[in-house]
Amino acid sequence: MSNQHEEHESSHKPPVRKEMSRRQFLTYTLGGATAFMAAGVALPMVRFAVDPILQKKGEGAFVKVVEISKITSEPQEFSFELKQQDGWYLSTANLTAWIRKDESGKIYALSPICKHLGCTIGWNNDKNFPDEYHCPCHGAHYTKQGKQLAVASKPLDEYKVMLKDDWVYLGEIIPNTIVK
Amino acid sequence: MFKNVYNWIDERLDITPIWRDVADHEVPEHVNPAHHFSAFVYCFGGLTFFITVIQILSGMFLTMYYVPDIINAYNSVEYLQTQVAFGQIVRGMHHWGASLVIVMMFLHTLRVFFTGSYKAPREMNWVVGMLIFFVMIGLGLTGYLLPWDNKAYFATKVTLEIANSIPVLGPVLKELLQGGTIVGAETLTRFFAIHVFFLPAVLLILLVGHFIMIRRQGISGPL
Repeated sequence: MSNQHEEHESSHKPPVRKEMSRRQFLTYTLGGATAFMAAGVALPMVRFAVDPILQKKGEGAFVKVVEISKITSEPQEFSFELKQQDGWYLSTANLTAWIRKDESGKIYALSPICKHLGCTIGWNNDKNFPDEYHCPCHGAHYTKQGKQLAVASKPLDEYKVMLKDDWVYLGEIIPNTIVK
Repeated sequence: MFKNVYNWIDERLDITPIWRDVADHEVPEHVNPAHHFSAFVYCFGGLTFFITVIQILSGMFLTMYYVPDIINAYNSVEYLQTQVAFGQIVRGMHHWGASLVIVMMFLHTLRVFFTGSYKAPREMNWVVGMLIFFVMIGLGLTGYLLPWDNKAYFATKVTLEIANSIPVLGPVLKELLQGGTIVGAETLTRFFAIHVFFLPAVLLILLVGHFIMIRRQGISGPL
């Protein structure tokens, strides 16, 4: 059969066909099938592992912190509790904020986390830096509005503020919007 | 691209001969299901290894969420099973694979027994295989406790009673495995350590021995 076929072929011009060798075909088939099965095993595990970054982030809830009448133009520290669901574990985080109202009566709240390396700043806590926020770790200090004066490269973060029924509510932490 | 990277490494480390040693070997006709379909019985060992690899992989991923602690263990398992994407699949692989590995290993043992492959010169490999069998049973029994639910708790009580029934050494062994006088916090951490670190390490060493021996001695001849 094959001999007849060859004779038949040789009587004409052999057609130019790009043929895949049997070895190549089997290599591709085996490789493809192996890759498919390996992916079937690996993909669920990878999706399982990356789940935390793909989970929908909950809308930052607002927490009731203090009566509006207690806010002065001098920054005051207020602490509040934030309920957070951490996987299977429900916990409360204790947070603090420095809250004041500016000359026009606008209330804003600054985060006490130093923008240098994350220590906790205080208001008026160093006599060399009166009426400033000062960080005891590496001497970063900030103005009332949170503008950085030394060491740190960014102004203090602020909390989202919501005023309702004579109370100040604080939400998620956002970059400072008061100073440029 | 891939070929260039391979060649670059091969020029320096000459890895092709190593690769040949591992992968390039003849499969005799009597163990090739393409020649005699009944030769599929020779696949059970490879299938056992395949499932073992899946067990190791899925187990590694499960520990990303699991905590071996009596307060959080059940909650973390419930969380990973119901809240995490593909959690049911990954835990399912580990759960069903655990049973399947025992089944495959048992079928492999039957094949070796009925083809007489345990006979000289392969007696040592039979012994190593038996040790692997016990390690696998140990992995199954220790893993059973980890979800920390009722079934896990009472199954472990039974397991520990089995250990307790060993003459003379039993009670000491039971207390050692239990990490105290009750099945509790210390039992869970102990079983976790045994399940995740000690037994897998022993298993891998035994498997390497099993594979080196079969490669040295070759597969036993046709019946």
